[in-house]
Amino acid sequence: MKMKTYFSRGNLVVKLDGEIDHHSIKEFRDELDKMIGESRPKTMILELSSIDFMDSSGLGLVLGRYKKLSEAGSKMLIKNPTPEAERILKMAGVDKLVRIIKQKDA
Amino acid sequence: MKKKESKKTNYFSCTFPAKSVNEGFARGIASAFCSQLDPTLEELCDVKTAISEAVTNCIVHAYKDEDDLKKKKITLKGEYGGSCLKITVKDCGCGIEDIEKAMQPMYSGGGEERSGMGFSIMECFTDKLAVKSKKGVGTTVILKKYIGKVSEE
Ligand SMILES: Nc1ncnc2c1ncn2[C@@H]1O[C@H](COP(=O)(O)OP(=O)(O)OP(=O)(O)O)[C@@H](O)[C@H]1O
Ligand SMILES: [Mg+2]
Repeated sequence: MKMKTYFSRGNLVVKLDGEIDHHSIKEFRDELDKMIGESRPKTMILELSSIDFMDSSGLGLVLGRYKKLSEAGSKMLIKNPTPEAERILKMAGVDKLVRIIKQKDA
Repeated sequence: MKKKESKKTNYFSCTFPAKSVNEGFARGIASAFCSQLDPTLEELCDVKTAISEAVTNCIVHAYKDEDDLKKKKITLKGEYGGSCLKITVKDCGCGIEDIEKAMQPMYSGGGEERSGMGFSIMECFTDKLAVKSKKGVGTTVILKKYIGKVSEE
């Protein structure tokens, strides 16, 4: 898995590529939390448009960040998930907590 | 007329240490084996996801209190006959005390950022899920999935 982060209009954009599983998220979770803690974004936009695989460990990653962001008064958005990612997210009801948006880049 | 399950025509078995780096490895093996049945992309994704859940559970839960890497082993087996793919994931870890409870959606016995969805995902993405477990002995998860709409017999 690869992670790319950047800021756009005060929002933290996090783009994950490849396969999200228990193994691959290990090295990114702390980095991501540090980033959230330091930048205190209004919204974190999680881009999942290049995710080839995701299992329940990915749910843990998303829900864990959602909790942290909520506690800090920040919002979370999931952008353009692949069908593979969206299926798992919806199965766990994540779409009821986190808004999933689909849009082409402007 | 009741259709009998076809005899197995191909199979594999392999054992590897319960290290997280092998989660992707297990998905790779299972998907290569499943590919022989000419699955749709969605079927292949279902199989990969279910296997990933079962193998991750061995790594995260079964051996959580075991330090001796030599004892932390996962055995992955696959077989098919006709269109029925059967995958078995076995560990010799701590076992599950109450299987029914463990299989409930959102139930988790703990672990870092676990949402308790693993068994629900396995159930949803396969046609049959069986779990056998004995406390202190280990757990075996058996997943069956019919690949392709029609089976050619
Ligand atoms: N192989 C196993 N050995 C021992 N305990 C297990 C095993 N597999 C599952 N369990 C127990 O069953 C519970 C439920 O498993 P399940 O995969 O549904 O959820 P989880 O692993 O806790 O969370 P998630 O899969 O969503 O990350 C686990 O929390 C664990 O207590
Ligand atoms: Mg699990």
